[in-house]
Amino acid sequence: MRDFYGTALANPLMLGTAQYPSPAVLEAAFRASGAAVATVSLRREAGQGQSFWQIIKGLGVPVLPNTAGCHSAREAITTAQMARELFETNWIKLEVIGHADTLQPDPFGLLQATEALAADGFEVFPYTTEDQVLAARLLDAGAKVLMPWGAPIGSGLGLNNRYGLRTLRAAFPDVPMVIDAGLGLPSHAADALEMGFDAVLLNTAVAQAGDPVAMARAFALAVQAGVVARRADPMAPRDMAKPSTPVLGKAWL
Amino acid sequence: MRIEVNGDPQDITGPTLADALTELGWAQARVATALNGDFVPKSARAQTELKQGDRLEVLAPMQGG
Repeated sequence: MRDFYGTALANPLMLGTAQYPSPAVLEAAFRASGAAVATVSLRREAGQGQSFWQIIKGLGVPVLPNTAGCHSAREAITTAQMARELFETNWIKLEVIGHADTLQPDPFGLLQATEALAADGFEVFPYTTEDQVLAARLLDAGAKVLMPWGAPIGSGLGLNNRYGLRTLRAAFPDVPMVIDAGLGLPSHAADALEMGFDAVLLNTAVAQAGDPVAMARAFALAVQAGVVARRADPMAPRDMAKPSTPVLGKAWL
Repeated sequence: MRIEVNGDPQDITGPTLADALTELGWAQARVATALNGDFVPKSARAQTELKQGDRLEVLAPMQGG
């Protein structure tokens, strides 16, 4: 498995910490998922920040702070600087949002912020689209990991553009890539890993399930299946049928 | 002086950002600060002087996806 800025993950799953019915369910779901990274954010201190930090520390996994909600490179850069101090990590899940309805990345702001943050010693995980040209520019700017979306954040649609994602994966075979956002089902996660992506990042699919802990377990099984399947070298799909039962020796009836 | 703290007007004595955090009860809290949109590292808080109308953001760890 490709590593992430020198960190190898025991499981190819990164799990968000938002939208759970309670802190207890968050903890139980996180453990059931076997996730190797916890994503977190920064918000105005209103009294809950300190206890939340204790819960996160207790999970015992690396944290990946995000710049969620930032709509400009400047906002994202300042947020990243604050996150580095607060969470004591150089990792940053860089989101520069370009559109309010789709929450799709603003490619221009994303590139600008990636350049500035990489130069400042950050280890950038840019939340991007499947655009291959943008991917190349982000890598040139200093990103060593890419986080292409599966589908818009919170949509649960799965891998929206399989052709684009397959092409991106093939174009940069050595770059660690995480499918971030839009996954709704464990089968979507297995799908991403079967296609050769190195990890998946999700939140809503677990947190908003009727039973988040059970769904977390289902994702744990799915990512395992995906990894094993990828290593087993999947067959190539074909358009026409091909009999699996031998034709030779069939009776003349 | 009157400044804005996390979007709300607050009267503080100051004069530094570190003093303001103490006044607001966040001296020991795990928080990160930004003044008028620029990050102020913890190590610079005691040397950062505030002025009337400044916008201070005090952020804490929070749930995120």
